[in-house]
Amino acid sequence: MTDTAKPVSISLANCAKTFADGTRALEPLDLAIHAGETVVFLGPSGCGKTTTLRIIAGLEEPDAGGKVLFDGVDVTHLPIEQRNVGMVFQSYALFPNMTVAGNVGYGLRIRKVPEAEIKARVSEMLAMMQITRLADRRIDQLSGGQRQRVALARAIAVRPRALLLDEPLTALDAKLRDTLRLEIDSLLRSLGITAIYVTHDQAEAMALGDRIVVMEHGRVAQIGKPREIYQRPATRFVAEFIGTMNRLTGSVRNGTFTCRAGGVAWAQAPAAATEILFRPEDIRVVESGEATGLSGTVAAAFFLGDRTRLFVDVGEAQPLVIESTARRDFSHGDPVGLAIDPRGLLVL
Amino acid sequence: MRHETRRLILLLLPAGIVFAAFFLLPMARLFFIGGSGKTGWAAYAAILTDSLYLDSLFSTLGVAAATTAATLVISGISGVFLQRHKFPGNALLVSMLTFPLAFPGVVIGFMVIMLAGRQGLIGQVTQALTGEKLVFAYTLSGLFMGYVYFSIPRTILTVMAAAEKLDPKLEEAARSLGASPWRVLLDVIIPGLKPAFISAGAICFATAVGAFGTAFTLAARINVLPMVIYTEFTLSANIAMAAALSFVLGIVTWLVLALARTAAGSSVAAAG
Repeated sequence: MTDTAKPVSISLANCAKTFADGTRALEPLDLAIHAGETVVFLGPSGCGKTTTLRIIAGLEEPDAGGKVLFDGVDVTHLPIEQRNVGMVFQSYALFPNMTVAGNVGYGLRIRKVPEAEIKARVSEMLAMMQITRLADRRIDQLSGGQRQRVALARAIAVRPRALLLDEPLTALDAKLRDTLRLEIDSLLRSLGITAIYVTHDQAEAMALGDRIVVMEHGRVAQIGKPREIYQRPATRFVAEFIGTMNRLTGSVRNGTFTCRAGGVAWAQAPAAATEILFRPEDIRVVESGEATGLSGTVAAAFFLGDRTRLFVDVGEAQPLVIESTARRDFSHGDPVGLAIDPRGLLVL
Repeated sequence: MRHETRRLILLLLPAGIVFAAFFLLPMARLFFIGGSGKTGWAAYAAILTDSLYLDSLFSTLGVAAATTAATLVISGISGVFLQRHKFPGNALLVSMLTFPLAFPGVVIGFMVIMLAGRQGLIGQVTQALTGEKLVFAYTLSGLFMGYVYFSIPRTILTVMAAAEKLDPKLEEAARSLGASPWRVLLDVIIPGLKPAFISAGAICFATAVGAFGTAFTLAARINVLPMVIYTEFTLSANIAMAAALSFVLGIVTWLVLALARTAAGSSVAAAG
């Protein structure tokens, strides 16, 4: 007995969505999702990520001309009940009139699977999600984390061709979110299922996605592996949406980027650059006495235990964010020397 | 604790007074009047042994049950539809559907006669088509039609309010698991509307048991309890029998509603 149907590859061709009131939720989109891959749609609310998921699920049809293919077969006009996809919602969407076991076995009962087989599969699912002891509970007796485990078990029980998750962790508190994220990750790996995961949380996207599709205003801003998206963002929007980005304004002269706080040596600097971007981990506070030509004053310091998060005023609109692991007590107004790793510099 | 109890009693006092004055005392008085006639307590036995009374009891409950069932089906379908599909004229249609709330039973009876009476629309159409005039206004069928007509408004508003609270994600989840629209209806929509169906159905049933105006207008051959009570009270001046019948009508209605609520379990509590 395999745990899932053979994972499916999904492609979208020219899929746009305009709602009845004329709002364009999604600009024409082309996307290929490989079999067994986990793709995360990431973006702020209203960016079109959920609409895209609903088109893949079969809950929405794309505008005329758009196509959805499962393993090369056109399913554009196939309603969701015939697509065999598992769905997990932010609001759990568990049936309140059924027990936990009733919920998990629902899809199998619809498929008229023999009762004994349903029972076996349900207990297998409950064991996998570690909720066996909840089998006979009513849904309103469960906590949020337990509900989402039931929802996952219910979606997987029918061996779907793809698993679609719409902000499944958003309604949970931070600690539970971390635990469940780990569980979902190992679940997706062990099932080898094609999974599409929608979130606005970049940490979730980075942790779970084989690839991330960053979306903005109904358009794809960038598609890539988490590392590519983080280190080589294609647009300013991507750079600023994912992680923290520092910014210095100035100009390039003789292989040095000059700004109010001093100079940054950068041999490959594009001559026309007026702004450079870099991540907090690419800048460090130097020991006093080491001259770097770049300095600022501490605007705020938060001791986090393993490191100190510094906000350093360098005469720009926004202070620089620096993660310092130095065993040093920073306080407001301290002058600090700074060094930037030129490998982390970006111009967008 | 004593203070708390005293406060509770004080808060319950208004409801208690009203309950005692308008329910307990009249019902008790009714019960004793029922046994004070020429035949004494046998009046109660007569309800079960006299076929006139027993038949009227059964036809009253039968019409009420049929009215409740038909009203719930019609209001269920149209209530969910009207809530889900907003079209031009939607609000107007909803307000028109709630129109009969304002009509007294007499007017409803008059409308039934205009539709299914001797000079009614259905009679004219059937005569033109088959040569035979179909007239049912003056029977239980006519009464049933009138009751359904005035029960729809209350039910449809309750159903619409409940349909608005249904989580569309539940239906999507069911569909993603392979449920056809029919299964979604059975497994998600109807269970979701169940509390509304029970509370609206209870009101519908109780109203249909006790309604008098419509039956009085259609009169003649209709043998329902409120009519029998009226006849016993005014025409036969058999006050004891009228009281006994009223008491039994009240108890039976209460019993049916209590049973429906128990059968529905905890979902009624949510319906309020």
